Amino acid sequence: MDVKPIEPGAKELQDMYYYMRLGRAIEERLELEYKGGKLTSAIYLGRGQEAIEVGASYALEPGDILAPTHRDMISQLPRGLTAREVFTNHYARANSLTRGKGEASYQGDLKRGLFATVSMLPDFYPVATGAALAFKLRGEKRVAMPLCGEGATSRGDFHESLNLASVLDLPVVFVVINNGFAYSTPPFKEMKLSDVAERAHAYAIPGVVVDGNNIIECYLEAKKAVERARDGGGPTLLEAKTMRMRGHAGHDAAKYISKELIREWAQKDPIDRFEKHLTNQGLLDETGIKDMTERVTQEVAEALKFAEESPYPEGQEAITDVYRQ
Amino acid sequence: MSTANKPKETSYIEAISQALWEELERDPSVFMLGQDIGDYGGAFKVTEGFLDKFGPERIIEMPIAEQGFIGMAIGAALMGMRPIVEVQYADFISCGWDQIVNVAAKMHYRTRDAVPMVIRGPSGGGLRAGPFHSQSPEGWFAHVPGLKVIVPGTAHDAKGLLKAAIRDDNPILYFEHKYLYRRVKEVLPEEEYVCHIGAAKVQREGSDLTIVTYGAMVQTALLAAEKAQSSGVSVEVVDLRTVFPIDKETVLNSVAKTSKAIMLYEDTRTLGIGAEVSAIIAEEGFEHLDGPIIRVSAPDAPVPFSPPLEDYFIPQVEDVLAAIDRLSAY
Repeated sequence: MDVKPIEPGAKELQDMYYYMRLGRAIEERLELEYKGGKLTSAIYLGRGQEAIEVGASYALEPGDILAPTHRDMISQLPRGLTAREVFTNHYARANSLTRGKGEASYQGDLKRGLFATVSMLPDFYPVATGAALAFKLRGEKRVAMPLCGEGATSRGDFHESLNLASVLDLPVVFVVINNGFAYSTPPFKEMKLSDVAERAHAYAIPGVVVDGNNIIECYLEAKKAVERARDGGGPTLLEAKTMRMRGHAGHDAAKYISKELIREWAQKDPIDRFEKHLTNQGLLDETGIKDMTERVTQEVAEALKFAEESPYPEGQEAITDVYRQ
Repeated sequence: MSTANKPKETSYIEAISQALWEELERDPSVFMLGQDIGDYGGAFKVTEGFLDKFGPERIIEMPIAEQGFIGMAIGAALMGMRPIVEVQYADFISCGWDQIVNVAAKMHYRTRDAVPMVIRGPSGGGLRAGPFHSQSPEGWFAHVPGLKVIVPGTAHDAKGLLKAAIRDDNPILYFEHKYLYRRVKEVLPEEEYVCHIGAAKVQREGSDLTIVTYGAMVQTALLAAEKAQSSGVSVEVVDLRTVFPIDKETVLNSVAKTSKAIMLYEDTRTLGIGAEVSAIIAEEGFEHLDGPIIRVSAPDAPVPFSPPLEDYFIPQVEDVLAAIDRLSAY
């Protein structure tokens, strides 16, 4: 059952452009703050991954579930995560989504269909599969989309999830963001396959490879998989080939990645490419780019100020909410 | 009264089946996940007949993938369902460890989202089943904040606590002792009842010393108490029922009365539940004590397979009587 993808219109394209730019602006600011020693937390940047982060997430509908990892803050923006929420959570403030209890980029909000990740990956592959089971049991036309990197596909629960979703015909779109490195380990040391998507065949589900730096392709293939899942067509494994343009975390200078490789991928920057596409479509010009820069810069500055001025939680909050009363 | 009118006794395992059945009937968001729980009726036949009654959408058979289906249960719980996971033997719960301690246990703390789920499995030894089918994993999980851990010692509590667990909004580990499955039975109330999670129960009143215990050791404690009575020692048996949260009040009240305490547990000695209760008594009941707090437990070894080895390993009535003798000298 192949569903014809719906081409994104002007509004959708402009939305996606905004989220990509906002995501990058937030991360650039986080990087500055981290290097300036103003953050107590680690940072896990998804720079270079903006196309798949936004494209996949934007393909979901409001009732759907997205289960990102800690590198996928940008994927949460189309579902309503705000710059303020990103900074208050990184700054461990009382008014953040995890009230200072979760780690920096581990926020989520069930009301917006955002699962709050843990560090062990891909732990939310089975959890999202379970959300999809609930949807199926209740006859709801909702879809779950967990994200992970290629590194986590070596783990057993990745395979258990694909198998369970396949056996039970669950509405899950498994997205693997293949960003070239699992911390410092390249894929050839992790698997003999050249495409993670090939793993799908072992579970009799479709495996699709997309150019992870081309947001239109990311969006369309994700949308196709999401709508097939929604219509009872079962799960899909979607692999996006991209590049992690920073180290694993803020402290990691990533000297194991050659400068040539970084230069090569910089030529394929997803935002530059999208700007060219939008310009060719007559949807963007120099002024539009400048206006967007101003908009996201302001939004980030305001959010950072808000976070810095927000109070820390009181110490005794450490023991609240361990249980639901 | 003729025997025909004698009320029917319900075994521990029947009590568990009844609790599951009644909760599945009561609440459409309750469903079960587990290996061989459908046609086969479960490895111990707890769910025999469930598939016919509730159908494959509520009695969902799983492949061998504990981490996968425990994770799935968490996801379904976050979406408002009330999954019950049957782990075929409690020992196999270790395969789902990460999901339980990192995802389920910490979810409400981080996001205030409820994870209403029960993971139940047959635990404990005495059946000559060896190191992979006899473990007592309650201590592993009682140490993880965010989880509740239940180990019932009677048919009455097995039913009432399982129903309470299914209705609770937190992730719960429920360990049913397989040695008790068909060995203990009692007449259960005809009307519906639910036990309170976190409440211990005095299973036998006494005045000379207290045995704090839970699970299958409740039966061992009661047998020992009966024998001690004939030599003039009056033993009180406190059944924790829930090993996290621990009902400190009932334990301390009993120790205040008897001034002497024995911790009896089937789990291995070091850092077991009895070690924790000892610390509670030492910290908060010290002024009542007339003697040392004594632990009677399994030794720090895996559960062995050969009968003489397992008998040595699991605390026996004689071991408890020896501890009673020792403590009575104070």
